[in-house]
Amino acid sequence: MTTLTIPAPPARSGPDPAGPPTPPARRPGLPRLLSGPGDVAYAAHLAHWGPLPAPADLTAEVDRAGLRGRGGAGFPTARKMDAVRRAAAGRRRPVVVANGAEGEPVSAKDRVLLARDPHLVIDGMLAAAAATRADRAILCVKQGQPELIATLTRAVAERPGGDVRLEVAPVPSHYLVGEESALMNWLDRRRALPTVTPPRPAERGLGRRPTLVDNVETLANIALIARFGAPWIRQVGTADEPGSMLVTVTGGVERPGVMEVPFGTPLVEVLRRAAAGPAAAVLVGGYFGTWLSPAAAAGAELSRAGLAAVGAGLGCGAVSVLPDDVCPLVEVARVARWLAGQSAGQCGPCANGLPAIAGALDQLAAGHHRAGVEADVARWSEMTRGRGACKLPDGAVHFVQSALDVFEDHVAAHRRNGPCPSVRSRTVLPTPAWDPVR
Amino acid sequence: MRPELSVDPIGCDGHGLCAELLPEMITLDDWGYPVLARREVPPHLVGAARRAVAACPKLALALRRDGSRTGPP
Amino acid sequence: MTVALETPKFVWYLMRGSGFVALALLTLTVGLGVVGVNRWKTGRWPRLVTAGLHRNISLLALCFLALHVLTATLDSWVGLGWLGSVVPFVSSYRPLWVGLGVLAGDLLLAVMATSLLRRHLRHRTWRLVHWGAWAMWPLAIVHALGSGTDATAPWGLAAVLASIALVAAAAGWRLHAGPTRPTGDGAAPDALRPTTRPLIRTGAP
Repeated sequence: MTTLTIPAPPARSGPDPAGPPTPPARRPGLPRLLSGPGDVAYAAHLAHWGPLPAPADLTAEVDRAGLRGRGGAGFPTARKMDAVRRAAAGRRRPVVVANGAEGEPVSAKDRVLLARDPHLVIDGMLAAAAATRADRAILCVKQGQPELIATLTRAVAERPGGDVRLEVAPVPSHYLVGEESALMNWLDRRRALPTVTPPRPAERGLGRRPTLVDNVETLANIALIARFGAPWIRQVGTADEPGSMLVTVTGGVERPGVMEVPFGTPLVEVLRRAAAGPAAAVLVGGYFGTWLSPAAAAGAELSRAGLAAVGAGLGCGAVSVLPDDVCPLVEVARVARWLAGQSAGQCGPCANGLPAIAGALDQLAAGHHRAGVEADVARWSEMTRGRGACKLPDGAVHFVQSALDVFEDHVAAHRRNGPCPSVRSRTVLPTPAWDPVR
Repeated sequence: MRPELSVDPIGCDGHGLCAELLPEMITLDDWGYPVLARREVPPHLVGAARRAVAACPKLALALRRDGSRTGPP
Repeated sequence: MTVALETPKFVWYLMRGSGFVALALLTLTVGLGVVGVNRWKTGRWPRLVTAGLHRNISLLALCFLALHVLTATLDSWVGLGWLGSVVPFVSSYRPLWVGLGVLAGDLLLAVMATSLLRRHLRHRTWRLVHWGAWAMWPLAIVHALGSGTDATAPWGLAAVLASIALVAAAAGWRLHAGPTRPTGDGAAPDALRPTTRPLIRTGAP
């Protein structure tokens, strides 16, 4: 099995040695989203960023900046804002929902952003609300983080009153809660079950009002666009994919965490900064994402186009390094089992197919499996894909299929020789239990 | 434009009457849930498709024509 | 509407006869309903046969019930009147027992109307009203027993007891089978049950 080895980075003393703070408008590079004052008080926020302007046509500016959603789907944000505004069109006023649910276990960017610079996200919410004429903006954050929730509640309370009612809503940690329609259902009815779309929340969401659901990182970008305009955004990144993104690096790395990089950054650069150890493969895009072999990872760039070239997508910008001393099939089987448990259980193909696939993967991980097991996984994957109301079955099947592609030799070795000889007790990919019912 | 079949995945409970009435287009997967071979209904099967839509106990099967629905609301 | 002259005897016999036929057909309908909801089928008896029979036999039962109600309305001895055919307990003859029959008839009308208009209702609404069938049928039986002397005659009693036995067996089978929605209720082919459903229906944190 080939391995990806990243040379150790030179010793550095800390983050950007920027000296006295330069106003972000004059600082050409990064960090941007993560360049906040480091103090969550509103006064510090204003001192650092300045007041939030109200541009005449923010949606057009967002369009010029080429902003795409940072939640995983990558939908053009301006189009969504436009759809919400058109759906509202003089009838009911829309709602802005900031999606900080972050049910993806290998992603931490949303909570890091919210903890560092909550007011930037709130700025984005208010700017988007102004652009769509919304009168309510709800910041959704995963429950079970009392300090963060307290920080956000304080931040919201610090804002002067205005046309828009600001709220903080803790949401369950379930994987599906971040799905747009499930989030709407949770906020409306306290049942985080996805529904069949159409209609999308942009047309009819919370309380049957047009709802703009955007990831918190997307909204923070909107706040930056409102202040500095599209040309400033385009100073970093690529021509087709301007701007920067937050990447979470976890797994077999010495310095896991969240970093901000321009689009088009080579994946190995991110791995170098995180001090990645020898890797059997890299998972890009979280648990709906794609496994990259060492060869593919070595040449991959972090952009939609760059990852599409190796058959992957950005997703929520999560990069997980699988070290070469754990059994990949054990990890994949465990995550598949976890994903199956995250099913809402509403749709037969998902509720039945995912556990079946997980069971088959267990057999592959245990080794000495009969040849039919691999065929079963393939058949059930085809049977499950696209036949649910939401994208959970599709994402899970994609994750499993790409794993079986990248670890094909490993599967064959398991069939011949049984399980990996040194079965490590540590687990790399997290499969958290969800919060208990309140 | 030909009418199209669609299954509401949340409503569907895998009863399987649709597959009995329209075997040319609907088969059941390993767990009894319908798999549509294709969505467009050829003219000679439209009658059977309508009967299949009416027979579903959960009204999870729908027949759309020109974007309008003749299935469940 | 009162009839000055007594109605002919055949009306009285037709009323009783059509009543028993309706009861028998309703018994079959309930039985077939359970066969359907328990998803029973064989190679030669697919689900659609059950569904078709359930629907058609219920419509036939409705026809006989209509005849039964019509003759009861016309019959001078029963004194049902047009109002009394839908409002229970207003007949002059054995108001309680006849009234229970009228109540059963009302429930049946509700069940059948909602079924015919199924496409325009939410599934939950339809299902809730359809459960009324389990109330309708016992009322029909009690009505049959108390409204006249036929039920105490050997043939009537045999018919009623046979009906009770069939529906009791059907009800037992239904209870034994338990929840039939396979998704998330153990249909997963291994030990993992999607236990997420109760968890994500949490109350406000």
